[in-house]
Amino acid sequence: MEYFLELFLGGLTRGSIYALIALGYTMVYGIIQLINFAHGEIYMIGAFTGLIVISVLTLLGWNQIAILVIASVAAVIYSCAYGFTIEKMAYKPLRHAPRLSALISAIGMSLFLQNYVLLAQTSDFLPFPCLVPDFEFWEPYSHIITSPELVIIIATTIVMILLTFLIKFTKIGKAMRATAQDRDMAMLVGVDVNKVISFTFIIGSATAALGGVLIASHIGMVNFYIGFIAGIKAFVAAVLGGIGSIPGAVVGSLVLGWTESFFTGYISSDYEDVFAFLFLVFILIFRPQGILGRSETEKV
Amino acid sequence: MLKLTNIQTFYGNIQALKDVDIEISEGEIITLIGANGAGKTTTLMSVSGIVPPRTGEIYFMGQPIHQMRPDEIVSLGISQVPEGRRIFPFLTVTENLDMGAFLRTDKEGIREDMEYIFGLFPILADRRNQAGGTLSGGEQQMLAISRAIMARPRLLLLDEPSLGLAPIIVRQIFDIISKINSEHNTTIFLVEQNANLALKVARRGYVMENGRIILTDSAKNLLSNEEVKKAYLGLST
Repeated sequence: MEYFLELFLGGLTRGSIYALIALGYTMVYGIIQLINFAHGEIYMIGAFTGLIVISVLTLLGWNQIAILVIASVAAVIYSCAYGFTIEKMAYKPLRHAPRLSALISAIGMSLFLQNYVLLAQTSDFLPFPCLVPDFEFWEPYSHIITSPELVIIIATTIVMILLTFLIKFTKIGKAMRATAQDRDMAMLVGVDVNKVISFTFIIGSATAALGGVLIASHIGMVNFYIGFIAGIKAFVAAVLGGIGSIPGAVVGSLVLGWTESFFTGYISSDYEDVFAFLFLVFILIFRPQGILGRSETEKV
Repeated sequence: MLKLTNIQTFYGNIQALKDVDIEISEGEIITLIGANGAGKTTTLMSVSGIVPPRTGEIYFMGQPIHQMRPDEIVSLGISQVPEGRRIFPFLTVTENLDMGAFLRTDKEGIREDMEYIFGLFPILADRRNQAGGTLSGGEQQMLAISRAIMARPRLLLLDEPSLGLAPIIVRQIFDIISKINSEHNTTIFLVEQNANLALKVARRGYVMENGRIILTDSAKNLLSNEEVKKAYLGLST
């Protein structure tokens, strides 16, 4: 039973991380029907920014938790600037071009950013310090779930609650939903759609960067390639949950996290990705629109 | 109030509007009639800035608007009820109305207007927490018109409000349109295929064919015009 619980919580942690990245995919898709392949790179850039800030602040001898918070904030701000710029440079000029053009542009942007970081930094894996201390009060349970994992789950939960509030109750949130449902009509009621799209990229980048710092601090290393793998997994999670649906991205991520965790724990860890993708195939055979996705019904 | 001069609008290489001139005075109801594909919807989309004209000028209250963004045009007081209603299907009725008031900041006024609309269409009040996509066609048309008037427009563009609705609902919708015009002095630019109905509420009309305005006159004269009768009113003499 304890082993089950351990796997359950391990899956929850993985799922939380996937969810932080998957949100960006699903929100952008919901609004401009584009798979933003450069999104994984935003996550990677977030992790690198975090690492640089952490290195500097550690030299200055700051408190660990303060460093983690400041590094996260810096990573979020820096990645938001990247997300905003990527949209303006690579996608906005192609807004009225065929969808495939924007997709190719996204892939190009992804490769560009990977190689840019490769050249500017290094191709080696860099150690990333674990900044979450082992809380003393958590000691009795730490064999089931560690303090860093606990922090990841709590941080993700807070982000999800804030995001739900933003989408449901604020003016910009309503504008985002309206734009996703009918862009021209949103323009006809006075929504500045370009602003909404920029805002969507910024929010998605912010959650991805936070995920980047948290997971890097948990795993303990980064390199220029981490965005690709994490991006693909999060993309799978978004599709699994129903791309375009925000609750779907969360559900899809958790399902993927648990699938990986349980298969790895009970069967074999060598086949982790095989199970994950096999599961995706099964879900899509029986529910092509994803778990919470809406099947498109065109109304005339 | 609204003046279109020499409007030419293109979709890619295809010219949809050719030298369109239309003028509307404040407080008027005018109608633009014509067959399917004549360019009526494009005319409204050009005014709203969704499909900006390639050449020509559009002035609203003396201000050039043909190069403005759609949201800037809305903020000047031009709202559109597009063809097919275009309700946000997964927003509730209340949220759809909120979106209509998107550029307004007077919370109190918005609340009052919403009450006014719920008085005008009690069925919308009953369904206020229901998703827009679950409403019937007639209810959606009521919601679409309500959403547009939530912006307190000075000029209301209506595209085929009668499309696909039962005759009794159509009559109700047209009564409301006349009411909005007389009670709030809202100028109305009505595009219709149902020429008979449109010419009865409008004061003047324009007839469009293949992207050109081929005829303009008072609604009364158009109703008795032999050509119009034959082509658009389905009457032969």
